[in-house]
This record gives sequence, C-alpha cells and structure tokens, in this order.
Amino acid sequence: MKILIKNGNIFDPTRNFNKISDIYISGNKIKKIGKNLKLPIKNLKIIDAKGKWVLPGLIDIHTHLREPGYEGKETIKTGTMAAAKGGITTICAMPNTNPTLDTVPVIEYLILKSEKEALVNVLPIGCITKKEEGKEITEIGSLVKAGIVAISDDGKPVSDSFIMYKVLEYTKTFNIPVISHSEDLNLVNGGVMNEGEISMRLGLPGIPSAAEEVMVARDIILAERTKGTLHIAHVSTKGSVNLIRDAKKRGVKITCETAPHYFTLTEEAALGYNTNAKINPPLRTKDDVKAIIEGLKDGTIDIIASDHAPHTKEEKNREFNFAPFGIIGLETELALTYQKLILEEKMDINFVLKKLITNPIKLINLKNRGIIKPEYFADIVIFDPNKKFIPKDNIASKSSNSPFLDWKLLGKVDTTIVNGKIVWDNDRFYY
Amino acid sequence: MLEQKDLLELENLSKENIELILDTAQKFKKLFTKSVKKFPALKGKTIVNLFYEPSTRTRNSFELAAKRLGADVINIVSNTSSIMKGESLIDTGKTLEAMKVDFIIIRHSISGAPNLLAKNISASVINAGDGFHEHPTQGLLDLFTIKDKIKDIKGKKIVIVGDIAHSRVAKSNIFALKKFGANITLVGPSTLVPESFKTLGVEIDYDLKNAIKNADVINILRIQLERQTKNLFPSISEYVKFYKVTEDLVSSLDSNVIIMHPGPMNREIEISSHLADTKKSVILEQVTNGIAIRMAVLYLLSLFKNISKVSL
Repeated sequence: MKILIKNGNIFDPTRNFNKISDIYISGNKIKKIGKNLKLPIKNLKIIDAKGKWVLPGLIDIHTHLREPGYEGKETIKTGTMAAAKGGITTICAMPNTNPTLDTVPVIEYLILKSEKEALVNVLPIGCITKKEEGKEITEIGSLVKAGIVAISDDGKPVSDSFIMYKVLEYTKTFNIPVISHSEDLNLVNGGVMNEGEISMRLGLPGIPSAAEEVMVARDIILAERTKGTLHIAHVSTKGSVNLIRDAKKRGVKITCETAPHYFTLTEEAALGYNTNAKINPPLRTKDDVKAIIEGLKDGTIDIIASDHAPHTKEEKNREFNFAPFGIIGLETELALTYQKLILEEKMDINFVLKKLITNPIKLINLKNRGIIKPEYFADIVIFDPNKKFIPKDNIASKSSNSPFLDWKLLGKVDTTIVNGKIVWDNDRFYY
Repeated sequence: MLEQKDLLELENLSKENIELILDTAQKFKKLFTKSVKKFPALKGKTIVNLFYEPSTRTRNSFELAAKRLGADVINIVSNTSSIMKGESLIDTGKTLEAMKVDFIIIRHSISGAPNLLAKNISASVINAGDGFHEHPTQGLLDLFTIKDKIKDIKGKKIVIVGDIAHSRVAKSNIFALKKFGANITLVGPSTLVPESFKTLGVEIDYDLKNAIKNADVINILRIQLERQTKNLFPSISEYVKFYKVTEDLVSSLDSNVIIMHPGPMNREIEISSHLADTKKSVILEQVTNGIAIRMAVLYLLSLFKNISKVSL
C-alpha cells in the first residue's frame, strides 16, 4: 500500500521536531517527508491531516494481553485492536498469562500467534522467575534469544532480595531491563485500596504507600550495587518519586513509569465500592497525584504506560475484596495524557510525547521505529486534538473495566498505521 | 417514611431521617413493652435474614422485630468461607427476589457487600453489619439509648473504647452521634485507632484514664480475640492491663455516666464483670431498644415501597 499523509502537524519527540509537512509511505516504510510532495496518483491513498497531529505510533511497555490462558478477559486480537484504537502501535505483553511467559516455546507461541492475529507490533516480556513464583529464575538468555525485550514478574513482586540481586547482575550480559513490580506483600497484608481516609470510611483493608516505597528503596539499593538496568513499574506514591529522584541524582541506572490513572484519579474514585477503581498499586491521595505530576515534569518519571489489565464484568461486579485488581487503559491513555498533562498542566507536547515514544524505545532498545524518518517502519498515528469521545460508546477491548467509561475525553485517534498498513481509520478496524 | 429503598449506612442518612426513626421506635417500644407485642403492619410480607457471619443477638433482634410487625421470616445462615466457592452474592439475591421476598437483611464479613446487593436487586436491603464498614441499626439503637438518658447530647462527651479500626459499630456510632453535636473521643491501642479517624471530627487518645475524664457515656467495644495473632497488640493480658474499663476507673466520673456495650461481652477483658452489672450499665436496655429500632426501620422502609398501608 502507498499512503500520502498531507499537511499534518508532525511531532517527532525523539528529534524534537515539529512542522507541517507531508509524509509518503510505501510498503512498510516511511519513504519521504516534505512539503507539497508530488507523487504518482496510481494506487495512492491520500489522507488529509490538515489541523491534526501526526505522531510516531506510541509504545506501551506495560500491557496485559491475557493470552494465552485468560481469553475471557482479552485476546491478542482484541487487545491489539484496543491498542490500535488508542494510537499505540507497539505493545509489550506482560508474562502473567497461563502458562506464564517463562519458556522458549510459550514465547514463540505468542510471537507466532501475534504475527497472525495482532493489529499492532507485540513484543513479549519474559518472567523473572518460573511461573512468577519468586523461587527459581528463568532461562533469561534463551528467552532473550527467543525475542523478549525485558523481564518482569509483574503482578507479583520478587520478594526474595537475593533473587533480585542476582537477576540485576545476570541480565547485564543480555542488555535488557528488569521491570520491578514493587510491592512488599507483608505490608500489603490483604489490603484492597490505599490506606487512609477513604479506606477507613469504606471499612476496606488498606495498602499503605510504604508497601510500594520499601520495595522501591530495596531495588534502588540493589541496582546501585550491581549496576544492572532497573525499571520500576507503575509508580504511584510521592515517596517512590522522591526515592527515584534521589537515586537518579546519584547516577543509579534506573528508569520508571507511571500510568494515566495515577496522575488523573485519587482514592476517592473507590467511593461507593467502585471496583473499576480497584487497581494495584491503588489510587492514592491528592498529594501523591501532585508528586507524580512533578515527577513527570522534572524527568524523574520517564515513561507513561497503560498497565492495561482487562477483567470481565462478572469478575468486577463482586464484593470489593473479591474483585480482581486492574483496569483497561490502552484506549484512553493518549487522550488522558493530552488532557491532563498537555492542556491542564501545560507541558510541552514533544516533552510529553517522549514519555510515550522516545523513552520506551530507549528502554527496550527498539530499532527502526518511533521516529518519522525515511527508511523507518511506518508506525504512524493521526490524532485530532479537537475531537471528543466517550470511551464506553465504542470499546474495542473485550473488557470494559475502566473508571473513565463515562468521561468525555478530548483528543481522539483518527487513524493508526502499523508497518505501512492502515489498521484503524475513522472508527473502523482494517485487518 | 424514609425516602429510600435500603438502609445501608448512617454516613449518608440525614439528621431528620434519624429523628424520624427514633420517634417511630419510641412508639413501637411503648407498644411492645406493654401487653400487646404485635403490630401487624407487615402482615403477608416476607423478610429474609441472610447472615454470612455468625450472630445471635442481631439476627434474633431482626427476627423478633419482623415477627412483631406480622411478617414471615426465614433465616439463611452461611459462613463467608463458603462464598468463594458457592453462589455469588448477586445470584443469591436474585434467587431470593424470584421468591418474592420484600426485605433482605444482610450481615457479611466484606465491607460494601450490602451496597453491592442493594444495587443489583429491587427488594429492600438492610445492612445488619458489613465488615469494618457500618452497622447502622446498632448505631441507631445506641443513639436511641443515649438520648433516652440524656435529652440533648450536643456538647456531651462520648468515649468509645477498643478496636476502633475494625469496628463497624464505632463508625456507625460516630456518624450518628456527630449529627447531633456530640463530642467523641476514641481510645484504644494506637495500632487499633488509626489517625485517619480524625477526619471524622473526633478526638483520639491512647490513654484510657485520660480519655474518659469528664465522660458522659462510655461505649465499650468487644475486642476480637484473634487480633493479637496478627500482631496488632501483644496479648489479651496486656490489653486488659491498659484498656479494661473497671468500676474503679469509672468511680471518679459523674455518677450519671452511662456504660454501654454492643455485646456479646468478654467479661473481665474489655469490661469488668461488676461494672457490666451496675446501675450505670444500660447494656440490656440496648437490647430492648434494638428491637424497637429495627421495627421502626422495617416499617418506615415499607412505607416508601408502599407495601404497608397501616399507619401507626
């Protein structure tokens, strides 16, 4: 397919580039960029992007695709549809599937199945320990050869400090990040939401912010000692932001991410026993939200990721304590980020886009993607900053567990192109 | 009548509605403490006691209240451990609804379970205690008992002693009493009296003797004996040493001080046996008043649902 995107406002955060220009795509690559490109009319799809933003496709380093094993919640197909609709052209799939992504055959299965069914690029993340049990490390080198881009026991912490210590050491050979789900389970102690005023009112067992911070502190110390590559997933507290900021100042090799809900919502979202606000780590206080935004502004927080965690209606429509943790996020990530950080907080557009594109690419060493430049893969998103949408009207994910379902969001993805092929355009998917 | 289908919590119940319940309860109390115990406003109606946690007094109190209103009552008693494998709460609720029950009175170990049930069925739901959330009829009967002794509780000092963190009784008491202007002090081991309670406008103390100074009411909570195994306090004997309310402690207070306990009591643990049986104690009156309150709640909710035509 040959595509010409005309007169779009191009943002390329990696090169701090912003101008109105045309982009010509042929095959799976970007071929030309320039004003008033003159091209043969034959077999050319022309997209008028006047007044819209043209961006490299987003990279989401924290998605739960649920396949294999939990296809009732999500599949590779529906999960990647949600990604395409949200302007995300590459996702990293977390390994807490069933079976877990801890052996070469399972990784190969995921890659092959994705080649057949996925609408966007899928890159697997392998387990740190077998079955995420926290006991025995996986064959990390072989998994890297099979195609994983990082390791994580996401959903569970690596409670054994010795294992974390050695894994940060061992992975240096393979140049992949260790993504830490930082949570001290003894401090969590059966908690289901942030410990504080709201948990007290609702009578729900609380998770103190210390449960996250104690583990973040431990992992920083281990990363400092080993010089391994540590990435902290879903940072949610002020204390974690402070610990990471200090560590970076000392030169520790550490990056971290947060998710849109941690800079948009507080623990109050759980009032009325709203299980669509039951997330791990939990939604915190106003003070924490402020600190997360500060961390995003001063560069302490490198990456915004969705932590897309689909669960069925039946699983969520239960007693609060029994409902699973997690919300979907792929379809709302860009709009929430645009609304909150760019419009409300007035952060620079390319500075924010770096957290959705440039920094994720750096973290996982992704080659030839994420830059709008000839001979790069044509992963492109056309975003209309003036168009509104209500998430529940048209959910692509198989699940609908989101606290944002009824929100009126500003900033909608019109078109998503993956590897030179249109997969989402004007409210329609193309397979 | 109460302009609502359910009674789930006192946090959002207005002062006016609370007064209405107390006034109605007063009338019922007069009736059933005389010779005629029945007032058949709910004749032909069906009430289910759905108890997922062991309870004798609350369940019997609701059952008697319902029967004195002429309703038919069935009891379903289950333990929470069977919830995980068994039928979901919503399915249980819908099944009972299909049997055309009018009220479901639920006790559950998980906070918010009554809210979930109420949202998913059209029958009236009454919370008979959920997790660490609320126990609204207990809060109402405690308020009723206090107001029976002290007409205007504005500015009066009410001390609640014990495991506040895990007490639905404490929370319903706080919400109800605050609406009538009482000053509340919470006291207990610091691990069981979280700072977050200050946001409800109460005082916190960890020293029993200091906390009960000038108290008009002392409401003593039952200590759950299993909390010590979770390292929230070291031992029962240490708890007794620091937090048992004794006659000796109370003797320095105004002779009209009222001693309350929601029951069942652990005598000689949170309360001295002798104190429980003195004239200061209103513990048995609380039990009597509980029936009156529950009759009032059932009756007033039934008026909203237009299922009772009998006027009091």
